[in-house]
Amino acid sequence: MTGEWLTITIGIILVNNFVLAQFLGICPFLGVSRKLGPAIGMSGAVIFVMTLASIISSLIYTHILNVGLSIPIFGHIFKGNLVFLQTLVFIAVIASLVQIVELALQKLSPPLYSALGVFLPLITTNCAVMGCVLLNATKNRSLIHSTVFGFCASLGFSLALILFASLREKLDLAKVPKSMEGTAIALITAGILAMGFMGFSGLTK
Amino acid sequence: MFELVVLSVGLVVCMGILLGLGIGITARVFEVKQDPRIELVLDALPGANCGGCGLAGCADLAKAIVAGKQTAAKCPVCTSDGASKISEILGTKTGQNVVKNVAIVLCCGDNVNAKSVVGYNGIKDCKSAILVSSGAKGCKYGCLGFGTCAEACPFDAIEITDDGLAVVHSELCVSCGKCINACPKNLIKLVPETVKVHVFCSSPEKAPVKMKVCKVSCIGCRKCVKNAEKNQMLMKGFLAQVNYDDPPPPELVEASGCPTKCLRRTDDH
Repeated sequence: MTGEWLTITIGIILVNNFVLAQFLGICPFLGVSRKLGPAIGMSGAVIFVMTLASIISSLIYTHILNVGLSIPIFGHIFKGNLVFLQTLVFIAVIASLVQIVELALQKLSPPLYSALGVFLPLITTNCAVMGCVLLNATKNRSLIHSTVFGFCASLGFSLALILFASLREKLDLAKVPKSMEGTAIALITAGILAMGFMGFSGLTK
Repeated sequence: MFELVVLSVGLVVCMGILLGLGIGITARVFEVKQDPRIELVLDALPGANCGGCGLAGCADLAKAIVAGKQTAAKCPVCTSDGASKISEILGTKTGQNVVKNVAIVLCCGDNVNAKSVVGYNGIKDCKSAILVSSGAKGCKYGCLGFGTCAEACPFDAIEITDDGLAVVHSELCVSCGKCINACPKNLIKLVPETVKVHVFCSSPEKAPVKMKVCKVSCIGCRKCVKNAEKNQMLMKGFLAQVNYDDPPPPELVEASGCPTKCLRRTDDH
């Protein structure tokens, strides 16, 4: 049993890393990785949003959307389920969670709030979060499974983001050819990092 | 079908209410006390969000003013009334009165006086029109009259006359400077509103060249320079210009008798 959970955990953090293997959430990965401090803050926010979004959307999916309904409404009887509403419902859940994080951060850590800037509300459209909850829904995972999946996926996102931010801080000191400065070398670094993560592919089946 | 719609809408509405409640409660719990002066300063600012100050909008400027990083004078739109109101809120003095600037199009060559030398049937936009040999007008420094500046103006202060000339209505202009960047010929300048007389020509060419293409160009005869006080009018190459630091009186128009009538009052323009 423990082995099974370990496989899931390592699988999603290292082998199928959301950013470096599945290429989800590239926008904040490139946007907030210039300095380590904001990158850690962003990671914290994403971990919070992604884990909570997984829990809430899993509950909504299994108990409201993916239930065979048979409800009489105004004389008609509705039969079927509401799975087709999943995208709409999930995005609403994610957006409200981001709002809550934003309000809390504004109060608890104003410097971090201004350092994250526009990337904080942009977690709403971070495809890693949306991808995570949609994967949970399509794979029909249980509540605990989706929670672990969401938490580990966000840990993997944070790992990639923090590694990349540290690399970029080092890159600022390095002598980079003029034509490669800035985003160009950052994208090449991201590519090499992704290739490095391919090395983990033998860890799980 | 009907019950499906009712059920979907009902579910989404219920979710919206619940999530909204969640956010509302969080907003209460994590309420951030803002400096109340920011709101007051924001009210005193024009609220056009034109970006003339270089910041992202009036709210940003209000924050910067309260933080002491900027002054109300940074806002080109703000009247002296507004500025003194802001300084009242902050408990500081404005210093000097803010002189309002207005934009002005320094060209009076409309389609009657400055003829086009070739036909132009392209897009009615100055920036497109200059792509081929700087536009169809004979004068390469003349207003094309397609109204790119008028479109850029957020306050509808620029009118294109029937004869195809852009004219700024100074009472509507708030000197945000958007038109200055819009004009591909660089004919628009910000000048103090108190100056009522201008040389409506921007061409640096020699007089014979200008005369061929425009009846109302400045031919550099220096009549206005001679009739004005020292330094009130300046010659820049073949072009007379008003010295906006030491402007001549409006009577100079009659006194000098500009032969091409390109020295005009703003009101007669």
